[in-house]
Amino acid sequence: MSLAGMPMREAVATLRDARGPKDIVIPSMGSAREWMALGPVHDLDFILVPSAMGHATSVGLGLALAQPDRRVIVLSGDGSLLMNLGSLVTISAESPANLVIVVFVNGVYEVTGAQVTPGPETVPVDYAALARASGIQSVFRWSSLDDWRSGIDSALGAVGPTLVVLDVAPVPGAAGPRSPGPTGERVKRFMAAVGVNPIPPVSS
Amino acid sequence: MFSGPQIASMMLDLGVTHVVTVPDSTIGAWGDAMEGIPGLEVIRVCREGEAWAIAGGLYLGGATPLVLIQCTGLFESGDALRNIVHDWKLPIPSMIGYRSYLDQSVLPGDTCLTFTEPILDAWRLPYRLITAPTQLDEVRTFLAAARQAAQPAVALIAEGRA
Repeated sequence: MSLAGMPMREAVATLRDARGPKDIVIPSMGSAREWMALGPVHDLDFILVPSAMGHATSVGLGLALAQPDRRVIVLSGDGSLLMNLGSLVTISAESPANLVIVVFVNGVYEVTGAQVTPGPETVPVDYAALARASGIQSVFRWSSLDDWRSGIDSALGAVGPTLVVLDVAPVPGAAGPRSPGPTGERVKRFMAAVGVNPIPPVSS
Repeated sequence: MFSGPQIASMMLDLGVTHVVTVPDSTIGAWGDAMEGIPGLEVIRVCREGEAWAIAGGLYLGGATPLVLIQCTGLFESGDALRNIVHDWKLPIPSMIGYRSYLDQSVLPGDTCLTFTEPILDAWRLPYRLITAPTQLDEVRTFLAAARQAAQPAVALIAEGRA
């Protein structure tokens, strides 16, 4: 079911303002579109475009495990999370304290034309409850922009893994995110920013 | 085919830091043998597509992951490995169990035998078929060369009964 909620761009902008200089941020799908629209990307932004269906949370888990001294913030949609719900259990099992997943819940597959996501017709899927039931202890949910702005520091400061559910309004007519450049070059830049020696990419 | 300690030793030789896995009756024992070894983490995932994405994140963060799954999980992995290996060009190595290759008594006509190698070809994953316990060094050499060349590689390990 489609939901009313806070404006998507402002919700993303709040996170953009709050991210720390050493944080790794992984925007995907609609959140990547909004993240890039709000200004230049940080060297530690890994814009996950192109992506595989629902795997931003898993990429984030890998980065969080490999870089335990950095906070890793994943931006996912509810449609994406539905495609990889098992990742919540894997994340809980690995329990990286430095991983924060922000789920923008709008009840639709926005980038493909706002088709409704699967779920009961009368009751929205409770992603916070799914996270808790998966064993994730730090779970937050906000539906208003004011509450999100007030609560973001507590969410980002919590001992992870952390899941933040934000109820957002769909963006009518919104397109999918556009790739910001060749992937091989972006990998090299990102790994250099993380402080990892880039390894020559595989040719395919 | 191979014992858990043999595989664990090879992982350490190859510099693997994380083994991302879904078990089957053959490779499951390898994962168990690798638990608790200093410098080697075993990450158990819910479904194989996750494994490639987690391995991709690990690689981006400077770790040296390896994906350990069965060929049925390869079939499940398509979108994830397409994105990680081809879109992002991350040279993730893997060991993939080849179900029923050595023994079809449980699943006569197992379609894993029909589709596994064509699927590897379709995904443009270089692979080496391993059918005998004497080939452990060949696995090691093959995966080491792939790492040196920053290429993906699949050690395709023949399995017995499903």
